[in-house]
Amino acid sequence: MDWANAVIQGVLLGGLYALFAAGLSLIFGVMRLVNIAHGDLIVLSAYLALTVTTALGLSPLLALIIVVPGMGLIGYTLQRAILNRTMGEDLLPPLLVTFGLSVIIQNALLMGYTADPQNLQAGAIEVASVEIGAIALGVMPLIVFGTAVVVIAGLQWMFYHTALGRAFRATSDRQDIAQLMGLNRAHIFGLAMGLSLAVTALAGVFLGIRTSFDPAAGSARLIFGFEAVIIGGLGNLWGTLAGGVILGVAQTVGAKINPGYQILAGHIVFLLILAVRPRGLFPRIDG
Amino acid sequence: MKTLKHSTLNRRLFLAGSSALLAAPAILRSTRAYAQTPTLRVGHVSPRTGVFAGFAEADDYVLDAISQRFSAGIENNGRTWAIEVISKDSQSNPNRAAEVASQLILDDEVDIIVAASTPDVVNPVSDQAELNDVPCITTDCPWQPYFFGRGGNPAEGFRNTFHFFWGLEDVIGAFLDMWGGRGVAPIIGGLFPNDADGNAWGDPELGLPPALAAAGYNLIDPGRYQPMSDDFSNYINAFKEAGCEIVTGNMIAPDFGTFWSQAAQQGFNPKIVSIGKALLFPSVIQGLGERGIGLSSEVWWSPSHPFNSSLTGASSAELANGYTAQTGRPWTQPIGFKHALFEVVADVVARSADLEDPDATLDAIRTTDMNSIVGPINWANGPVPNVTKTPLVAGQWQREGDGIDLKIVANSAAPNIPTTGELMLLS
Repeated sequence: MDWANAVIQGVLLGGLYALFAAGLSLIFGVMRLVNIAHGDLIVLSAYLALTVTTALGLSPLLALIIVVPGMGLIGYTLQRAILNRTMGEDLLPPLLVTFGLSVIIQNALLMGYTADPQNLQAGAIEVASVEIGAIALGVMPLIVFGTAVVVIAGLQWMFYHTALGRAFRATSDRQDIAQLMGLNRAHIFGLAMGLSLAVTALAGVFLGIRTSFDPAAGSARLIFGFEAVIIGGLGNLWGTLAGGVILGVAQTVGAKINPGYQILAGHIVFLLILAVRPRGLFPRIDG
Repeated sequence: MKTLKHSTLNRRLFLAGSSALLAAPAILRSTRAYAQTPTLRVGHVSPRTGVFAGFAEADDYVLDAISQRFSAGIENNGRTWAIEVISKDSQSNPNRAAEVASQLILDDEVDIIVAASTPDVVNPVSDQAELNDVPCITTDCPWQPYFFGRGGNPAEGFRNTFHFFWGLEDVIGAFLDMWGGRGVAPIIGGLFPNDADGNAWGDPELGLPPALAAAGYNLIDPGRYQPMSDDFSNYINAFKEAGCEIVTGNMIAPDFGTFWSQAAQQGFNPKIVSIGKALLFPSVIQGLGERGIGLSSEVWWSPSHPFNSSLTGASSAELANGYTAQTGRPWTQPIGFKHALFEVVADVVARSADLEDPDATLDAIRTTDMNSIVGPINWANGPVPNVTKTPLVAGQWQREGDGIDLKIVANSAAPNIPTTGELMLLS
């Protein structure tokens, strides 16, 4: 029963990691951009939610109505104004720019909000739970996991059933040909980044409700995001969810063996998968 | 040849001699032995921002009052010394603490360095002071992580670094005193992180495990977790299964928050929760809302402690109320210790045989015997060299009108500190 509980709690934790990773996976899939600032953008959205909740007195879950479009807008602007200028054949310049962004965001948050840890107060829902047999499932972790599944299903549907998804796939396949067919590459990239940061906003708010955050908390989250993306296979959205779950389960089962192994177990599973299947468990066929 | 060399003043000798003569007044004026009011510099390191920022939230209040008192100067051997306090932020990061300590020592050339709050500040600062031979006084960290965490040898002690606070044996005594006779099952869940405090508290020889076993309690200790963990479900399960009715340990506030909401989600309802470090501050308890009421913690200082400041004469209650009046925030325990740190500095400055000589200052620290706002301080009475202890009691957060208050509920180790409430069980 203990082990079952550890696995189930791990699956729920995996939902949070999948949300960390979904945005990364999306922009890598569309434009081959590795976003080093992703973790800091998660923390930035948590701070944005904190500002909204304290200014308007809203619950953090309601604050999502403002934070998600807000982050989407930031993403679109960021891509059009800065990142598009560095996009090209070479993967390195945009990567370095996002690295710089990461440092800038961290220090701007440090100046604006100090290094004090903060958290988002969601009230009674934070401790609510449902009992299934002997296992108690927290309502918040269930909401997070449910959101992760819905977000990934939504992104997947959007990719394969809408005009925007077609544009994303076309740009991902051959940027120059897509451009010839009348797609505005800069705009498509902007939309992809906007969408990615909208998902990030969800991750940031859920992180802020689950635990506390400070301006430097982003890099630890980035690691889990990257690991989930790579375990699942680059650019594969359902794979990203699977990756997050595998990572979450590895951590809780590791902690079951010895609490000191919690973080370590996640990293070891990641390394094992990388060694056995360097392209992840479910790589996209065109890779 | 020989006589010629001696009798003539060559050009180089003349230049060197005359420039030394010209420069002499400038050099001499800048040494403070010749200054009208010599200034003694005191470096102060504390975690103003970061995870431990709560410990330093009253820094400005304490330092303002201290600077006011210090601006009149302190008399030493018939001369009045001005005292300048240079305060730096460790950002709750031990590497940063070492860096600012070395800046204070090497760039600001402080004569005495003081530091407070958690081993992550106290230890790196003390190590830098020991390395650079600067007298150092610290507080607000149990003495075991301070002494053994720095590789101290009870036979030798340290040369330059001194510490006053309580130890793990005191917190164990205070917690046992609080738990005893309440009709709670003697099964305890232990939460110890893999950091300096957690490893000291959970140490199988010097920490809680042997003491709790000796007192007839059964400690469930699943192991050391990494600080800032996202998940405590394994701990909660182990505690639930063993039927723990008491939870204890040493945590940082964010980890306790994660643990406590997961515990509620998973239906784990202990009767007593006594956690070191995490539950010291009203801001943390208020952040937990209704679920913060009834949690318990060690109490090192409170407005009802029957001590007065040797520097300003203020009582504990006056010092605490002054903070509330100035900031509108409830009192916190570090206020007393931060104040006492500078009380010791003032006492040492007044007694030192020669403030220019660090060895004389060290002698003055070693022979300290004073009554401060946190109790008597005398390094001759320590459990190990360089350490002296202040009294410790245990308290519980209870409702008081619209707000919350930390009531002292167990005081058998220090009966001169009155209890102000009765322990109430959580469930």
